[in-house]
Amino acid sequence: MYAEVPGGVAYWLRRLGGAVTGSIGRLGYASRFLLAVLWHSPQAFRRIQLTLREIYFAGVLSLVIILMSGMFVGMVLSLQGYETLKRYGADEQLGILVALALVRELGPVIAGLLFASRAGSAITAEIGLMKTTEQLAAMEMMAVDPLARVIAPRFWGGIISLPLLAALFSAFGIFGGYLVGVRLIGIDAGAFWGQMQAGVDFWPDVTNGIVKSVVFALAVSLIAVFEGYDSKPTAEGVSTATTRTVVISSLAILALDFVMTVFMFRGTGT
Amino acid sequence: MNRAAIDLWVGIFVAIGLGAIVFLALKVGNLLTIGAEPGYRLEARFDNIGGLKLRAPVKAAGVVVGRVESIRLDPKTYEAVVSLRVDRSFEFTKDTIAAINTSGLLGEVYVSLDAGGETVMLKDGDRIGKTQSAVVVEKLISQFLFDKAAESGNAKK
Amino acid sequence: MPAAPHADSHAAPTPTDRVERRGAAIELADVSFAYDQRLVLRGISMKIPRGKIVAIMGGSGCGKTTILRLIGGALKPRSGKVIVAGQSVPDLNADALYALRRRFGMLFQFGALFTDMSVFENIAFPMREHTDLSEELIRDLVLMKLHAVGLRGAASLMPAELSGGMARRVALARAIALDPMVVMYDEPFAGLDPISLGVIGQLIRKLNDALGITSVVVTHDVYESLKIVDYLYFVSEGRIVASGTAEEVRESADSYVRQFVDGEPDGPVPFHYPAQPYAKELLTHVR
Repeated sequence: MYAEVPGGVAYWLRRLGGAVTGSIGRLGYASRFLLAVLWHSPQAFRRIQLTLREIYFAGVLSLVIILMSGMFVGMVLSLQGYETLKRYGADEQLGILVALALVRELGPVIAGLLFASRAGSAITAEIGLMKTTEQLAAMEMMAVDPLARVIAPRFWGGIISLPLLAALFSAFGIFGGYLVGVRLIGIDAGAFWGQMQAGVDFWPDVTNGIVKSVVFALAVSLIAVFEGYDSKPTAEGVSTATTRTVVISSLAILALDFVMTVFMFRGTGT
Repeated sequence: MNRAAIDLWVGIFVAIGLGAIVFLALKVGNLLTIGAEPGYRLEARFDNIGGLKLRAPVKAAGVVVGRVESIRLDPKTYEAVVSLRVDRSFEFTKDTIAAINTSGLLGEVYVSLDAGGETVMLKDGDRIGKTQSAVVVEKLISQFLFDKAAESGNAKK
Repeated sequence: MPAAPHADSHAAPTPTDRVERRGAAIELADVSFAYDQRLVLRGISMKIPRGKIVAIMGGSGCGKTTILRLIGGALKPRSGKVIVAGQSVPDLNADALYALRRRFGMLFQFGALFTDMSVFENIAFPMREHTDLSEELIRDLVLMKLHAVGLRGAASLMPAELSGGMARRVALARAIALDPMVVMYDEPFAGLDPISLGVIGQLIRKLNDALGITSVVVTHDVYESLKIVDYLYFVSEGRIVASGTAEEVRESADSYVRQFVDGEPDGPVPFHYPAQPYAKELLTHVR
């Protein structure tokens, strides 16, 4: 059957086909998993302590990296932006530049990427390890559904944490931009904040940024818990799963960002 | 980590997170400065709106009093029909002039309202009688060249 | 000596437990199971009477743990029946299965303790999940279970701070937290030092008798098993190759049983993995 095609090509075609069908199958499995997690979610809220604990581990413990990164990004934006704007005599627009860049794009996206690497991988590793040491199986044998008790709280913990982190990232970024722009470079504070207020609209800029961060939160949280739950119960399996979480989450964030940006900011000139 | 400590930290986290959102909405964005009231609608027709876009500001004496709500073309008269949403706390006279200006040479395009001396005020849904279209730089330049050419033509005669 | 946990009472998790306090009978009838295409069990039939300890023995990978999973309803057999306390396990819906599992206890191979909780909380876990008992009552019950396994003083330790033997004893206390009717042990003797081996063995026997439960022990440790179990089944290549009481097994003339009990390297279970004849393989490289 494969005789007509040179062996090498047939082999790679078969592998490609297998990979594609495998990925689509996995996507379907992940969707069913999402439905199952949502179905078991009420318990995560009835016993709110479980979810609060996960918000602590995913959100509070990410604060340091998010706030510091936010500040640095804002400061760099300010520096780079000033150089370019100065050439067109538009350096007073620096406030708008920093604010819009952060609120519309960089806040949700970078916070999402950092969250995926820090909290997402931790969640995957934790769940994977519980699977490997048979803790999840033990729970099932004790008639406690691990989806309700272990997975759902972590899922919702991520969904609640990331939008808040993204807003904090943007806020601290703007503050960093202010520090560099006004304090360091010497742009007029009034122009900085005034232009910013005039140029950044609540609808659509701030709200779209929030919507983006919520969508990213959904994607990262789902991927993190799914990869953990689905990991092979060995040390290698867990490490593969954590890598997959970071890689797939990052790609998902960037792809979703593109799609959403097209829909959200298409019609807005300035 | 005991429960009380976790609750405390989560509470702090959520509080500052919401605080950041409020900060972005109010200080960075302009959620409340647009005016709490929905505002009333005024219509203005222009021959050329230039670079005017949706949500561009409407200013009087340089102060923002509203936003451009919609822009469409009248298929019969080929005029641009611009709908303005103006803050209720400002009223304009019936002989107000609506003009399309650019702030600076490369700045944003906005609609300016110049009030006149009449006693009657514009109401919700009224049309502004006098309008001044946008200055299109290309036309300016070709006008200038044309004038220059005519001038040198006259000089030769 | 484990204190016999409370006679009956208000502390029993569900009323029906009082009726079936004497353990439950388990029966497998002609059960077959395959992982993907690989047939792991072929027509297994076994009866585990109430209140007895039965050992399922065999080499690694012969399907012993699969049998436990079938009994617990985590897997569905390809054919055959799995009956516990008169109910056919594979046919139960999710709610009925969970109700059944609340009356099971399972000791996993390395304990499977929840690493983010202390010893006390691990044992309190099933109580908090399935009963409405007050915290004071739960505390008393947990201490009672810990006392039964001799670890009452370790209540506030974390699983990471326990030795292998201690972790397994805590897991055992957790398995009996709700006074189950069936307790399943997956390799309870694996990797333990001689003292711990003796301790676990004795605990399995004493708890079985004190609580009147049915115990299923999956293991390959013949020596320890023969000391405590009532009946043994030997599984090889998915089939039951031998069975008998502890006495019968000790005296058995069956070659498989003898190889297993005496620890012979070669016998019905061959030493050599299937391969070409040795001479042939060596010579094929000489051209």
